[in-house]
Amino acid sequence: MTPATLFFVLLALSSAAYYVGRRRAFAVAGNGAGIQQLHSRPAYYGVLAAIWCGIPALILFGFWLAFESTVITQLVVSDLPENVRSLTGAELNLFINKIYNMVSGNIVSGEITPAMQAAADHYRSLQTTSKASLAVVVISLAMLGLVGVHARIKPGLRARNSVEQVIKYILIACSTIAIFTTIGIVLSVLYEAIRFFKAVPLTDFLFGLKWSPQMAIRSDQVGSSGAFGAVPVFLGTALISAIAMVVAVPIGLMSAIYLSEYAGKKFRAAAKPLIEILAGIPTVVYGFFAALTVAPFIRDTGSILGLSVSSESALAAGLVMGIMIIPFVSSLSDDFINAVPQALRDGAYSLGATRSETIKQVVLPAALPGIVGGVLLAVSRAIGETMIVVMAAGLAANLTVNPLKTVTTVTVQIVTLLVGDQEFDSPKTLAAFALGLLLFVVTLILNVIALYVVRKYREQYE
Amino acid sequence: MNNPANNPDPNKKHPARILEIVNRGLTKRYRAERRFRFYGLMAIGVSLLFLSLLFISIGAKGYSALQQTFIKLNVFFDPDVLRQESLANANYQGLVKNSLRSMFPDVKGRKDKRLLYGLVSTGASFQLRDMVLQQNDIIGKKLDVWVPADDDVDMLIKGHINREAAETDRRLKDNQLAWIDQLTVEGRIEKQFNKTFFTAGDSREPELAGIWGAAVGSFLTLVIALILSFPIGVAAAVYLEEFAPKNRWTDIIEVNINNLAAVPSIVFGLLGLAVFLNFFGLPRSAPVVGGLVLTLMTLPVIIIASRSALKSVPPSIREAALGVGASKMQMVSHHVLPLALPGMLTGTIIGMARALGETAPLLMIGMVAFIVDVPAGFTDPSTALPVQIFLWADSPERAFVERTSAAIMVLLVFLITMNAAAVILRKRFERRW
Repeated sequence: MTPATLFFVLLALSSAAYYVGRRRAFAVAGNGAGIQQLHSRPAYYGVLAAIWCGIPALILFGFWLAFESTVITQLVVSDLPENVRSLTGAELNLFINKIYNMVSGNIVSGEITPAMQAAADHYRSLQTTSKASLAVVVISLAMLGLVGVHARIKPGLRARNSVEQVIKYILIACSTIAIFTTIGIVLSVLYEAIRFFKAVPLTDFLFGLKWSPQMAIRSDQVGSSGAFGAVPVFLGTALISAIAMVVAVPIGLMSAIYLSEYAGKKFRAAAKPLIEILAGIPTVVYGFFAALTVAPFIRDTGSILGLSVSSESALAAGLVMGIMIIPFVSSLSDDFINAVPQALRDGAYSLGATRSETIKQVVLPAALPGIVGGVLLAVSRAIGETMIVVMAAGLAANLTVNPLKTVTTVTVQIVTLLVGDQEFDSPKTLAAFALGLLLFVVTLILNVIALYVVRKYREQYE
Repeated sequence: MNNPANNPDPNKKHPARILEIVNRGLTKRYRAERRFRFYGLMAIGVSLLFLSLLFISIGAKGYSALQQTFIKLNVFFDPDVLRQESLANANYQGLVKNSLRSMFPDVKGRKDKRLLYGLVSTGASFQLRDMVLQQNDIIGKKLDVWVPADDDVDMLIKGHINREAAETDRRLKDNQLAWIDQLTVEGRIEKQFNKTFFTAGDSREPELAGIWGAAVGSFLTLVIALILSFPIGVAAAVYLEEFAPKNRWTDIIEVNINNLAAVPSIVFGLLGLAVFLNFFGLPRSAPVVGGLVLTLMTLPVIIIASRSALKSVPPSIREAALGVGASKMQMVSHHVLPLALPGMLTGTIIGMARALGETAPLLMIGMVAFIVDVPAGFTDPSTALPVQIFLWADSPERAFVERTSAAIMVLLVFLITMNAAAVILRKRFERRW
């Protein structure tokens, strides 16, 4: 039985259990007259039966699937002949991979030794056994649950409370997934990053001025040192983000001011969604726009002015990223400007201030903490933005602040290091995780500060 | 600043002087006012200008991909070539070449012949094969067949290749241009609707490349993301909004969710690579892994939207339900959830639209592979629409530029449809209490 069929069999069993439980509830209540003696409505007895039939079986099913291949591999490896087991880690891995390939019917490179054939057969037989026993165990567990509940169904059984308790636990489990995600991110990035920092000292990474993540294949190769000084990468990220913010903050803020303070209802209703379309466009589209429209335009303009502009200039990527962030800045600022109480404005008007004076001297200072929080969120988004820079910014890690030159960013490096073949024991691959860790930490700090400021500010006028 | 309120005391005695001072400053202040207002309008104008530029540049580049140049060949389905026993792998390329040679009998020499054969796409032979396999009785006949032209011919017909450029700078040589002109005069070259683009998988040849494979991959990925993130997101929101006690534990969860909503998407890709691929050993490039990663990414969005939908249900409804003896769970599931559901669905659609446009995390889990086949299941290797756009944008062929733009247009159509659905849903079911 394949896992999918087994899953559907379980679902079917579970729904059957619902009817069995409900029927049983009616039966113990003496059909009709005695139904008022039931503690809960009959459906709850059905649900209780379905829960006890389905959930333990499903949990076991999940665990079994998650660990099946690991356990089988262990068993196969421990039964391998002595000479194979004494191989080094990498060779053993290669051997196991070949076994996997043979089991799944793929083409195996190299010759097939009898030991390998035997191991593959062994693997296959274990797999069959595992599948069969999984089906037997899971189905009997489901039946066991059903029978257990069936026997317990009596008019006094507090079925509703039990069902609600179970549902509550499920709700709690769902809400903790966010925490597990964060833990998962931290652990997975940290684990590989620590391995990286074993090969490359932390200080070299944080303060080194040269980034060229090539590793030598042969020891006599030229230029193979592999330099992991991340300063040029940070500087490039900072440069592009700065350009983006220079574009996004004034435009975003001014449009928010106009929309909330000047614009009529109709204009606002038309312009605001239009600006927000900018936020809904996928970043890969912006990347394409930056690489094929904006970058050539900037390069041509530059050459008319007699400037030498790289075709992957930081300016093009930063400019387009700024466009992407405009709606982000504008809608957050809009919220905060609207949150400023009308009384403050009226006070300023009554003193004879013009609208712009009111905005500049009363509304903006009052909304400033919120706006700063919004801008910080936008910065964190600019730093973490990937596709625009992958498509429009370069790979060369130049230590420059000239926006017409090519620079690279943290996200570009992560993508280039991880797309394609990966070796998880080379610093080159692990460097991506170190950069990822840094990216996560920096954006986390920005987010925490920003969210704190925003939250604090929201409470101020509520 | 000429703020009269700040003026020193002595003026108090002379209201006329105050008025004079104020009036003197007024023109300047009004000018500043107009300037400020103009800046605001400018800012909006600039954003809208960028928006229209973006759409226009993509539309202008992409619309021509809806058509593809075809060449009409007079193919003789030679019974000597097409033997019954090996119909599937007969020399169909030879049939194409023969028909080209018969059209231009005076082409001699290997090099010229190769240039001639280059006018027709390599897909032509597959098309002939499919025709023969479908209808055996055409063997031995001579038929006119429209076959796709090579992408360079396509580009020339669409005007993207400069005829005036030096021969060495052009992708089409002088004699190829002459042949194409002759074919045009004979009416054997025509632009037709590009069906391949909507029905085929990826290909190295632009004229054979399509987005169907990527669209199916995106669909499968989103299905996984939807069936996981919607129930989990709603359940989490219900717990946090309706049941959770206010304590440090729930505070941590809240802060966590807000943070995750702002974590760069590529970090989720790293998580997927390290946990789903390396630790759990799930297959690379598979929609199921993409769906899992996108689930984690969209969950915060859905949770936040669902919570605000729950918040907007007035407490009186909860109290009324509790008052007639419902349990807390019954109150939530019978009364609060149905009222909050439209808001939750809106949030989910917006989250799914974001997931559909997401590229970076999918790059990390290997959904960037070159995959020709249309995926048939959740564990088949596949790409997604945005990733396909990224891949094509990287291709050097000129013909891929228009296909990239056209793919972007398709993606935008999906996104606009989803967002419009969300807006309609909100408009129809939004209730104000």
